[in-house]
Formats: sequence, structure tokens, C-alpha cells
Amino acid sequence: MSKVIVQGNAQGKVLKSTNPINFLGAVDKKTGIIRDKKYDIFEKSMKDTVLVFPHGIGSSVGAYTIYSLKSNQSAPIAMICTKADLTVASGCALANIPMIVVSNEEFDSIQDGNQITIDTKSEKIFN
Amino acid sequence: MELTSEEKDALNGKHGETLQIAYRILVATGEATDAEKLIPIKWAHLSGVNYNTIGDSGEQFLRELSKDARVKVKATVNPMGIDFDHISEFNHIDDEFVKKQASIRDSYIRMGVEPTFSCTPYDIFDLPEKNTQVSFAESNAAIFANSLGGLKTNKESAFSALASAITGKSPYSDLRKENIATPMTIRMKMDNPSELDFGMLGFFAGKVGDTSVNISGVSQPNRRSCKALCGGMGTSGTCAKFQFVDNEDEKSEKVDFGKEEMNEVFDELNTAEKGDVITLGSPQLGLEELSDLSKMLKGKSFQKRCMIFCSRAVQEQARTLDYINEIERAGGEILSDCCTCLTPLIDTNETDAVTTNSIKGAYYLKNSTGVDVNLKPLSKIIEDETK
Repeated sequence: MSKVIVQGNAQGKVLKSTNPINFLGAVDKKTGIIRDKKYDIFEKSMKDTVLVFPHGIGSSVGAYTIYSLKSNQSAPIAMICTKADLTVASGCALANIPMIVVSNEEFDSIQDGNQITIDTKSEKIFN
Repeated sequence: MELTSEEKDALNGKHGETLQIAYRILVATGEATDAEKLIPIKWAHLSGVNYNTIGDSGEQFLRELSKDARVKVKATVNPMGIDFDHISEFNHIDDEFVKKQASIRDSYIRMGVEPTFSCTPYDIFDLPEKNTQVSFAESNAAIFANSLGGLKTNKESAFSALASAITGKSPYSDLRKENIATPMTIRMKMDNPSELDFGMLGFFAGKVGDTSVNISGVSQPNRRSCKALCGGMGTSGTCAKFQFVDNEDEKSEKVDFGKEEMNEVFDELNTAEKGDVITLGSPQLGLEELSDLSKMLKGKSFQKRCMIFCSRAVQEQARTLDYINEIERAGGEILSDCCTCLTPLIDTNETDAVTTNSIKGAYYLKNSTGVDVNLKPLSKIIEDETK
């Protein structure tokens, strides 16, 4: 685990995207479903998943989308990125969603659909 | 990140819940960008104002926060979803939207922001002196401030800029510092680019660039093209700064932006051959652009609805200078406090496609509003859509 941005524990199924995510443009804030055809996780929902993706892109208002997902109970239970951008970091901080940054090698080793456990206190990820 | 004892107290809740929330955000964004400390900022520009973008949870959050939170530095705000002076002309806008949008507006005003409702604060205010640290969330404004205004900001998020407005501080990292690694150079290979081409260049640069890019092969673009470049760049990536360079740095990685790259962006965002309505303004038009538009429209009239978005401050100046008469005579509808992006003014029950010259507008029309887009430079819009 390279760096903890928002503390917390989570256990759940990985939803992995290799595309950077524009939360405002590409994610439905009520359901958590990806609605941009260009994404490899198009039409999948991030609700209750451990969302694994490179980093956030685009609108600064994406931070509100993350907060809305949490309020609407459609948020991921944790996020894992290779680069922490301000939109995702601040959205997770306000919504209390554990968020960590990992190396490219660790990112590559995480498989879509697998169960994963994150514990930021002991700085461990269990695949 | 090192915090002062005062900052630590605030983070631990000793100065109340509002400041605790603000410091929690600043610490997370500080950790995210490897900042060593927080530094004072002079001006925060906030996003997250349009009810369409922040929804019920955003409206509730701001209503609660504004009971206690007050901005500590100059703070300006992004566009709302609608122009309250023109609601009666848009029958499809429901009362719920108007009520929630008014609540968001009032929450920001209660916190003490200047009610600019504009994505182009650089068109409204004189910019502070060079190298002043600011905190701009609106991506086109952050890019403009860094690249053309000589100011310093990271590409802030809605929450990091809000936290900066309330505390007067931001993490000291990335573009706020002097030394950044040699950026990639984008070589502009298109001759006589229109503002639409500059928007596509920006969209491309935002995708391939990191935090900052150099752009070669461009000579003195006008303000409309510069704004299009900032808008396009902010939409597609994390890049928050560009510099026009005459000589390419040997150490810099180089990427061409030619016909092929441009067509790829065009095909991604242009999905219709014609639009049912026209929108101009994302970013909102400035005084110079309204002046140009009034000249281009002399003796002509739009053959379909054309919505023209500018800030209220710019609209007032343009009326005084008599630029608006000609535009309204030609059938253009001047709208303020909102813009093309995510406005509910576009009635999706009656509109299949929108014609615009904005790459930023196109991205959100397509992905958020859910309509098709017909992209054309302004000169071509005037040629095709007026008589």
C-alpha cells in the first residue's frame, strides 16, 4: 500500500476500470451506474464495490457526485487509485470513503471481480 | 503533511464542525498531492452551484453548512442551472428545480460569496498580481489563471476550493510550487485554427498531458480561442496549465496534434449533422466575444433558437456598450448566471441535437444532458444558421 488518503476498512468485490473516471460526466449519482460508452465498465454499478481505477479526471464537481453517491447509498465502499487527484480525494474525505493510492504493479495485480480486504491502519490489502 | 498546532486543533474539532470538515478536506488533498504544509490563498472560485450537478444531497449539504460557515477570503461562484429572470420563457422547467436552485444560491450568498454565478471570473475581475496563490475549482478558470493570468492554483475540486474559501488556506503542492518537471510538448500542426480547433487541441492535450503541457506551433490566439483551449483541456484530464513555446525543449517528450488526432476528437464529440437549437457560451462569453458577435450578426437573423450565455456582470457592461441590441434583434437570447453545461434550459423532450462551437459544452451535452451534438466554429454557425 503506497499511501493512505482517507482512513478506513472495507471488504468487498473489486470493480476495476482501466479508464480514468470523470465522475460528473460518466457516473449516475443516484444509482452509481457508469453511463459513458467509452468506459470498460459501461453500464456496471459501483455501488458497494471496491472501485479500482487509475485516477479521476474532468470536472471539479465530481467531488459532489461522490458525496451524492454516498448519500444515495450507491457509493463504492472503498477506492483504490494509482494517482490521487483532488476531486476523488476530497470527495472521499467528505463522504468518509476509505481511499488509498497504490503502485502500478499493485494496481495490475488486483483482479476485477475478486474479493478484497483493505485495512488502512495496518496498511494491508488482502487479495 | 506538517500542520501548525492551530490547524491540528481545527482538524480535531476544537473550533467546531465546519472547520473540522474543511481541514479534513485540506488534509486529504494535501496527502494526495504530497504537500508539506498549508499556505494562505487570496481568492477561491467555487464550483458545485448548479442543482443539476450537485443534486439533493449537495443542496442539503450546503444548506446545513451555510448555517455556520463563512468565507474568509474573496470567493466567487460558478454558474447555476438557470437564469431566474427568464424562467417564464422555459415552460418545461419544474418548480422543484427552481426551488432547489434558489436554496443553493441562497446558501452560497449566506456564506458570503460574491454572487457572480460565472465560470469566467477572469472576465469579470482584474486579476491580482503575478504569482498570487488562488484556489480555483472551475477547470477552465484554473487553467486560464495559471496559463494566461500568471496566478498559481492547482486544479481544485469543488470541496477543496470550498475548504480554501472557509479557511483561507490550500495545500502547498504541484502547480503552486516553482519547480515542476519538464512538461510534454504538444506540437500544433493545424494551420489557421478556429476556436473549435483550439477546443479540440485542449481536449487532446488534457488527455495526453499530465499536470502541465507546453504547446508549440501556435501564434497569438485571440481570447475566444484561448478560452476554448482552456475549456477543452479542463474537460478531458487533470492538466491545469499550458505554456505556448516558440522553441521546443530537447528534454521534453513530443506529441503531434494534426489532422488525424483532431478528427479523432471531432468524431468522439460530434454526433449529429445539424442541431435543433444553438448554444454559445461554455465558457460564458466575455465582452470582446459579445462585441464580435454583434458585428457578425449585423443585418442577419437566426433561423432557430440560439441561447447565448454570459455572466451577469458582462451582460450589464455589454448593454451599456450597446452590443446586446444587435444580438437580440437577430433573435439571440442572452442568458446569465448559467451556461451550456448541464443547464436544464435545453428541453430534452423537444431537442434531439444541439449546435455549438464549444468542446466543453459538447462533452456535457452528450454525456450529461443526453442530446446529440453538432460541432461547428462560430463563423460557420453564423453562415449556416442565419439569414
